[in-house]
Amino acid sequence: MSNIKYIQNLLETKQLSCVELTRKYLDAIEKENKQLNAYVKVTDQEALRTAEQVDEKISGGEKLRPLEGIPMSLKDNIVTKDIETTCCSRILKGYVPIYDATVWDVLKKQNAVLLGKTNMDEFAMGSSCETSCFGGALNPHDTKHVAGGSSGGAASSVSGNIAVYGLGSDTGGSVRQPASFCGLVGFKPTYGAVSRYGLVAYASSLDQVGPIASNVEDAAIIYDSIAIYDSKDATSQGARTSSADKLNNSIKGMRIGIAREYFEGINGDVQKSIERAIKVYEDLGAEIIYFDLPQIKYVLPVYYIIACAEASSNLGRYDGIRYGYRTESYADIDDMICRTRSEGFGEEVKKRIMLGTYVLSAGYYDAYYKKAQKLRGSIVKAFRDVFKSCDLMLAPTVPTTAFELNFTSGDPVETYLTDICTVSANIAGLPALSIPCGFDSKGLPVGMQLIGNSFEDCKVLNAAYQYEQQMKEKIYKKSERGVRI
Amino acid sequence: MTWELVGGLETHIELSTKTKIFCQCTTQFGGEPNTHCCPVCVGLPGTLPKLNRAVVEYAVKAGLATNCKISNISKMDRKNYVYPDLPKAYQISQYDKPLCRHGFITLSSGKNINIERIHIEEDAGKLIHERGNTFIDYNRGGVPLIEIVSEPDIRSIDEAVEYIDKLRLIMKYIGVSDVKMQEGSLRCDVNISVRKKGDTALGTRTEIKNMNSINFIAKAMEYEFNRQIDILESGGEIEQETRRYNSDLNITESMRGKEDATDYRYFREPDLVTIAISEDEINKYKSELPQLPDEKLKTFIDEFELPEADAGLLVKYKKVAEYFEEAAKDIKNKKLVANFILGQIFRRLDTEDEKEECRISIPPGYLNELVMLMEKKKINSSMARTALEQILDSGKPVMEVISEKDMGGIDEDTLRKICEKAVEANENAVTQYLSGKEKALAAIIGFIMKETRGKADAVLATEIVKQLINNN
Repeated sequence: MSNIKYIQNLLETKQLSCVELTRKYLDAIEKENKQLNAYVKVTDQEALRTAEQVDEKISGGEKLRPLEGIPMSLKDNIVTKDIETTCCSRILKGYVPIYDATVWDVLKKQNAVLLGKTNMDEFAMGSSCETSCFGGALNPHDTKHVAGGSSGGAASSVSGNIAVYGLGSDTGGSVRQPASFCGLVGFKPTYGAVSRYGLVAYASSLDQVGPIASNVEDAAIIYDSIAIYDSKDATSQGARTSSADKLNNSIKGMRIGIAREYFEGINGDVQKSIERAIKVYEDLGAEIIYFDLPQIKYVLPVYYIIACAEASSNLGRYDGIRYGYRTESYADIDDMICRTRSEGFGEEVKKRIMLGTYVLSAGYYDAYYKKAQKLRGSIVKAFRDVFKSCDLMLAPTVPTTAFELNFTSGDPVETYLTDICTVSANIAGLPALSIPCGFDSKGLPVGMQLIGNSFEDCKVLNAAYQYEQQMKEKIYKKSERGVRI
Repeated sequence: MTWELVGGLETHIELSTKTKIFCQCTTQFGGEPNTHCCPVCVGLPGTLPKLNRAVVEYAVKAGLATNCKISNISKMDRKNYVYPDLPKAYQISQYDKPLCRHGFITLSSGKNINIERIHIEEDAGKLIHERGNTFIDYNRGGVPLIEIVSEPDIRSIDEAVEYIDKLRLIMKYIGVSDVKMQEGSLRCDVNISVRKKGDTALGTRTEIKNMNSINFIAKAMEYEFNRQIDILESGGEIEQETRRYNSDLNITESMRGKEDATDYRYFREPDLVTIAISEDEINKYKSELPQLPDEKLKTFIDEFELPEADAGLLVKYKKVAEYFEEAAKDIKNKKLVANFILGQIFRRLDTEDEKEECRISIPPGYLNELVMLMEKKKINSSMARTALEQILDSGKPVMEVISEKDMGGIDEDTLRKICEKAVEANENAVTQYLSGKEKALAAIIGFIMKETRGKADAVLATEIVKQLINNN
């Protein structure tokens, strides 16, 4: 089932060379990306160079490391040395970093084959990838729909078979939601499991890098490679244990909690698919526990206040002085900074910077930011209490399936509301995974979310895998696009 | 009507840790612009700070040395403001949970200036205006600072100056900063207001920013004190504002008013974790503190029986004080040692820097040996002075210089014989002395010195001569 293992077997048994494999992907990107807009930068030279090295290793009879030789993509907010990194913002156009993000450094040392940088909502702010300065990435299942966001390009690349897997980042659902929209597995590890060093910050206390893959085992293999302690990130802790070797553990007797609040106002097709999934878990011997979790009604305001507050500070550095975009003409330094930012940032980013600045301002701080922090504490506590009597929580990933194009240009609050199911995992720092659980009437994938206790990432992956083994014929639909191996 | 000055100081001191507060770059002063930098301290996208624990240690030591309470739990916050020398557009600082609180410094008058807090933060880069352009040097960016905030307890310029002097000296003693004001490693903001003597309420204050010379601080305070009095006496009101000192004109001028005050939008730095400091750690730092200047002064005066002025001069330079202690080891009359250092030796140290660095060409053991010889009456004081000059010039060991130049003392028997000879040869002087002219002895001693080529111990010789005359 694991694509990664399958491909590595092809490589190791010399049925396919890594250069041939990489060429297939690069050719497919050439063909598909015009429509999907999944990649904003293709790193073909880099990819082929790595592929050659991998082939040398194979011909030398060396065993491959877990992700070696596998063509993959990186979200464009993961810093890559000597490769332009823009966060899909005009303000960073032309910015070429001088160092590698720790996650990329780790994969690079394994000879992961980087195909390119993927499209995203500008600075990861959005739910459709449409705030990207390059335009949105489309959903390979139906290009009249978005791939989701903010890691829309990553999901589009994997779903369109123009990458085996992609790394995205998840601040309020940005890995899980596009995975859900594109029929993929998206995993946001526990906050602190994966290093944030070199992930361009949106909201530092919420951001976490995570894989988007076509199956659970791949996600676990990737997780095991990237969830390591990094001394450069003070909030980093690494994983407690490896996960891929525990996927086959039985989940009999596992207690799965369901908070009713997550199901309020969700789409009927989503509801049906999830109910069917619950049944599968029951059949697998899990115990389902229903309860109320009233704190959920606070998660959205808390999320938007904290995320915007941190973003307003994190994005202050883009002033046109040292790197990135600078306005053409200006009167003085203040004018330069002001014009650069006005021209360089898109509307959604500016909106969130202003909102964040507002909630931190003297006179409003107590009413917004401080209150949000207090509520965050009570939400964290509520989830901790849940996990005293549950092993996992099950919820929809998104109340709907993939939005139609331009849906998010309507009422922004309506868009923000679709984050309701995903943001709690970020607020509480919990591991959460989205796995497909069916399709809606239009044939678009529905995602289901499993949320675990802090640093119990393995349990989440284990339960997802057990479900997947039962349902794989019914929940995945292989796209006709891209590379077929 | 008499007016009273009310002042409080915010003192920024650069810590002398080897590396910066959040990265591994050197903290060395100067260097080619932007060569002491890395992605972290220039705030490149995606980088994260990592707290240098040595900064916490230094700051805690600064707190302990100024009688502060150390917080077991502390945290870092972001102070957001836009300025080109601040590459992240926020300074990582501490807002409501500083490392140290509630300390004080005792002035020589016995009055305490209370310290409200000491917190750690990162320094910003530096703007260099040249040829109509502005350049930015980020070498200083990320150098660790402590900010020491006093209560408004200062009532005169002299108190302010003494407070800063004392702070500097303490920081130097505990080795957390070289506090070189000319290099900007100590900078002060002064808050100042005036009120009628006897009033208890505080007047509206102004803040004079960023001064790095004690002289300027004194002048700025004086100007500002008078400016505020003039305004109040002519019926005006003081505006709460930030001012700067213009040293060319010797005035303070307005920078920005209260309504333009920056809203720093402080919030907890999410990239860093809570700073926990255990009691064990605090005790360890406490035990590592050297004797502080005030205690040393007390030791020098009370135990070493030095005059207050001499003790003060020695303590003023930490390394000199230590040199003195070394040189005065096992010496009974420690003042002899102090005299040599403050006299002959200091004459050779031209600048404050040389004193600060204690650039004395001979090891303290030499001075110790020399004074030891004096105490054992092996050499007299004028010979010792001559010997010291030659030791300082040549750097040669004491005994070598003394035997080379035949400066060894004269034993008592030989001296007694010479004294007898002198009394016989100076009958006149003896008669005069016996008739009450004490001074007449000088001629006899002069004779002895001539005979011994100055090697005789004058005090001992005088004693012997008196005995000889009186016993006759």
